[in-house]
Amino acid sequence: MAKKRVVSTTINGKAVELLCEPRQTLLEVLRDNLDLTGTKEGCSNGNCGACTVLMNGRPVVSCLVLAMEAEGATLETIEGVAKGGDLDPIQQAFLENAALQCGICTPGFIMSTKALLAENPNPTEQEARFYLAGNLCRCTGYDKIIRAVLDSAQRRLSTQAAAQGGNHSS
Amino acid sequence: MSTANNDLRNTNGQSKYKVIGTRPVRHDGVDKVTGRARYGADIHPSGLLYGVVLRSPHAHARIRAIDVSKAAALPGVRAIVTNKDLQDPGNRVVELGEGAVNLRHLNHNVLAADKVYYRGHAVAAVAADSIHIAEQAAALIGVDYEVLPCVTDVQAAMDPKAPLLHADLVTDELGKMGSRPSNIAKHFRFEKGDVATGFAKSKVVVEREFKTATVHQGYIEPQNATVMWNADDHITVWCSTQGSFTVRQQVAELVGVPISNVKVVPMEIGGGFGGKIRVYLEPIAAVLSRKSGAPVKVVMSRADVFEATGPTPGSYMKLKLGVDASGMITAGEASIAFESGGFPGSPVGAAAMCVFACYEVPNGKIDGYDVVVNRPQMSAYRAPGATQAAFALETVVDEICEQLKIDPVEFRLKNSAKEGTRRVDGPVFPKIGMYESVLAARDSDHYRTPLTGKFRGRGVASGFWFNIGLKSCCTATVNADGKVSLVEGSTDIGGSRTSIAMQLAETLGISAEDVVPAVVDTDSVGYTDVTGGSRVTFATGWAAYEAARDIQRQMVLRAAQVWERKPEELKYVDGGVSGPNGLRMNFQQLAAEVQKHGEPVVGRGAVDPEGCGGAFATHVVDVEVDPDTGKVEILRYTATQDVGTAIHPSYVEGQIQGGVVQGIGWALNEEYFYDNQGVMRNSTFLDYRMPTALDLPMIDPVIVEVPNPGHPYGVRGVGEVPIVPPPAAIANAIYHAVGVRMQELPMSPPRLLKQILAKKN
Repeated sequence: MAKKRVVSTTINGKAVELLCEPRQTLLEVLRDNLDLTGTKEGCSNGNCGACTVLMNGRPVVSCLVLAMEAEGATLETIEGVAKGGDLDPIQQAFLENAALQCGICTPGFIMSTKALLAENPNPTEQEARFYLAGNLCRCTGYDKIIRAVLDSAQRRLSTQAAAQGGNHSS
Repeated sequence: MSTANNDLRNTNGQSKYKVIGTRPVRHDGVDKVTGRARYGADIHPSGLLYGVVLRSPHAHARIRAIDVSKAAALPGVRAIVTNKDLQDPGNRVVELGEGAVNLRHLNHNVLAADKVYYRGHAVAAVAADSIHIAEQAAALIGVDYEVLPCVTDVQAAMDPKAPLLHADLVTDELGKMGSRPSNIAKHFRFEKGDVATGFAKSKVVVEREFKTATVHQGYIEPQNATVMWNADDHITVWCSTQGSFTVRQQVAELVGVPISNVKVVPMEIGGGFGGKIRVYLEPIAAVLSRKSGAPVKVVMSRADVFEATGPTPGSYMKLKLGVDASGMITAGEASIAFESGGFPGSPVGAAAMCVFACYEVPNGKIDGYDVVVNRPQMSAYRAPGATQAAFALETVVDEICEQLKIDPVEFRLKNSAKEGTRRVDGPVFPKIGMYESVLAARDSDHYRTPLTGKFRGRGVASGFWFNIGLKSCCTATVNADGKVSLVEGSTDIGGSRTSIAMQLAETLGISAEDVVPAVVDTDSVGYTDVTGGSRVTFATGWAAYEAARDIQRQMVLRAAQVWERKPEELKYVDGGVSGPNGLRMNFQQLAAEVQKHGEPVVGRGAVDPEGCGGAFATHVVDVEVDPDTGKVEILRYTATQDVGTAIHPSYVEGQIQGGVVQGIGWALNEEYFYDNQGVMRNSTFLDYRMPTALDLPMIDPVIVEVPNPGHPYGVRGVGEVPIVPPPAAIANAIYHAVGVRMQELPMSPPRLLKQILAKKN
C-alpha cells in the first residue's frame, strides 16, 4: 500500500486538504473520506453519470478521476448547489416537475444541467437530450427530467431578466 | 396528458376530492435534490469494515476445496466466510411477496455450497479495514474447481442430453414428480374449454415461435448491505430493499436467529423493479460482522449486479391463435418455457396467467415450463413474465388483424376482457378497464393523426398485470399543531410516501403538506409486505385510510368530552367535528384540545386487502426504421392505462413513462450476450444498452380512471403494466414500417437488418 498523499483542493467554495492513497478515485474520496455522499456510485466505469461533479466548471465522471488529480482544482458537488437555505432554480424545477422517482440519478443530472446551462442558457429539447445522454435514469423515462431542465432554463432567464429590468428602472 | 372517463367528478364537473388528484411536491424531495438523502451505500457506522465477495469465474463447476490461508494472513483482513458460516434452513418454500422462494436454494445462491451454477456465483467473502485490502485478499483465496460442461440456452437445457445442473431435480410434470433428473423443474398447464373445437371454428389460425433474451432491471443503484451483529445476537441491517420485512425473514432464516433479533433499517433505494426483493449481500455482511465483531458494508460492482443478482428470464414460446370470420377469438394455445437460472423458480406461472388475459378467450390451453440453466437465478422484473407473453400474443393478434383486414383497435374492442370474463387459468374479472383503455387509445390525438413518410409504421398493443394486495400497517399521531406524523413500512422507490400521505390527508380533510410521512424500520411499524406488485398506493394507502378513520373516531370522542355531548350526536365531516346547534371544531382546534386534555390520539391501520383490480394498458407507437442499418427511432409514443384513481397524477404519469422506456430498451437493445463458456460478455452499461435521454421523444401517458370498487379511493396499482405492451407495440410498428415480422427480442439493429435484407432477397 502506497503512502497517503495530501491533496489541496477547493470543494463547494471551501479550501479542503485531504489525505488519500494514489489508487483512490475522486468519487471514493468524496464519499468515504469527506462524507459527501450526495455524489453516487452507479457503475464505476464512467457509463452512468451518477457520479458527475464539476471540476473547474466541466462536468466529469468522478469515478474515472483519481483523487490526486483534484490537486489545485475547483470542485463543485451537489451539496454546494443550494445557496444557504435557498434551492437553486434547477433544484426547484426538478421538484415541481416531479422529475425524480427514486432520486439516485438526480444529483448527477443536476450537476450536468448546471454545466449545460452555463454553456447554453436556452437549450432546445434536442440540445438538452444530447447534453444529458451521459446521465442514465431508469425510473422516469427522461420525459419529466427534460421538462425540468427546460423549465430551469426559463426560470434562470426570467430571474436574470428581472434583475436587469430592476437595474434599468432606477 | 389527459384524464378520461371520470366517475370522480360530481354533477358540477368538479372533483369530489380535495387532495387526491392534486400534485403536491413530494415530502422527501428537498433531501433528494440536495444530496442529503441517505441511500444504502451512504452510511458509515464507526469501526466500519468493507466486504468483498469472491465469485466463480466458471458457469458450472463443483467446488473441491477453498483455501483461505493466504487471504487470512494479509494485514487488515478481519474475517472470511463461506457457505459453512450460514445456517441450512432446510428444504422449505416461503412466500416473499412477488413469488415463492426455496430457502435452501436461497442459501446456496447467497454463498455456493458444493457447486457453482453460474459465472459470478458467490463462493466466499472477506471483510477488511479498507475496500482495497478486501479486494486484494479476495484474490488470494484459492478455490479448487472441477469445471463442468455448461448449458445457457433454455431450449438446449430442455434436451434430455443436456448437462444436468442438479442431480436431485426431477420434473414436477403436471403435478406428478418424475423419476429421472432433469433441467425442467416444472411443467404445468391451464385449460379452459376445448381448443381443438375452438380452432375448428376459426377462419384464420396463426401459429408462431418466439425467443426473448435475458434482460436486467437496470436500477442505477447497485445492491448494498451494511450489517452489525451485536454481541447479544441482535442484528441491524441497513440496506436498500423493496421489502424490509422480507429481508428480515430471509436474513434470520439464513443466519439462524429468530426474526425478532433482526432489525432492518430501509435506507432510500435507488430503483428496484423487482430485483431488490431477494437478498444477496445481507446474510454475507451479517456473518462477516459476527466473525469480526464490527459493522461490515458490502456493495456490489456493476459487473456483479449484471452477473450475480436476479435478471429476468429469457424465453422460448410458441403461440397459436384462432379467430372466426367476424373477428372474434375462438381459441388460443401457448407454450411458454422460461429460463429460471441456476435454481428453479422463474415467473413463468405469471406469464401463463397473463398471456390471454386482455381478451375473451372461450377455449384456451397454456403450457408452462420452468427450466434451470447456467445463468444467475432469475428474478422478478416489473410485471414478471407478462412482457414476454404479450410480445408473443400481441404480434400474432396484429398478424391476424392484417389477414382479416380488421383495424387492430377495433379487434381489441370486440374481444376485450370485461367484468365477468373468465381467464384461461380460472379467475373471473371484477370491474376492469381494458375496454376503456382501448377506447382512450382509439380516441387519442396520436391515433387520430395519420402517420406519413417512408419506412415509418404504427403499432398497437395491449397488456395486463394483476396487482396484489398483501399486508400493510400504518400508525398516525396527531400533533398539537394540527399536523399528523404518519409512520409506514413501504420502502419508497417512486414517491409513494406522498401518495400514502395524500390518502390520509383526504380522509381527515387536511392538506397533504400537513402530513409528515416517514418510512421506518421493522421494529417501528407493523408487518408490511414488499414494495412490489403495484401494491403500495393500493394497500398501504388503505392502511393510511384506516388509520385516518381511527383518528376520526377518536376526535369525535374527544369533541364529545369537550362539549359534554354524546358521541352519536356528532359527526366527523369536512376536516373537523360538527354537532347540533352549530357546534364545530376543525382539525387544528381539535388537535390543540387533544394536547390539553386526555390521552394522545394515535390512529392505527393494519390491512390485508383483497379486491385489487387488475391493470390494463393499450399503447400506440410510431417508429421510423433505417433500412440500411436496422436502427429503429421512436417518433411518438402514447400509453393509455386504466389506473382506477390517480392519487398523485405526476407519479402515475411517471410510472407509465418509466415502464414504457424500460419496455423500449427491452424491445430494441437490451440482452445478455453469453459466450460458449457461459460468460456474460456485456456486463457494463456501455454494452448492456439501456435507453438514454437522446434515444427517446417525450412519452405521452393518457390516464383512464375506472375506479376500482374494491378500494376506498378506487385505486388500482399502476406501476407494472406499462412495461408489458412496448416490445409488441414496437414489433407491430416495425412490421408496418418495413414489412418484417420480428419474432425475437431484442429487435436490435443487426437482427432487424438481417430480416430486412432477407426479405429483399
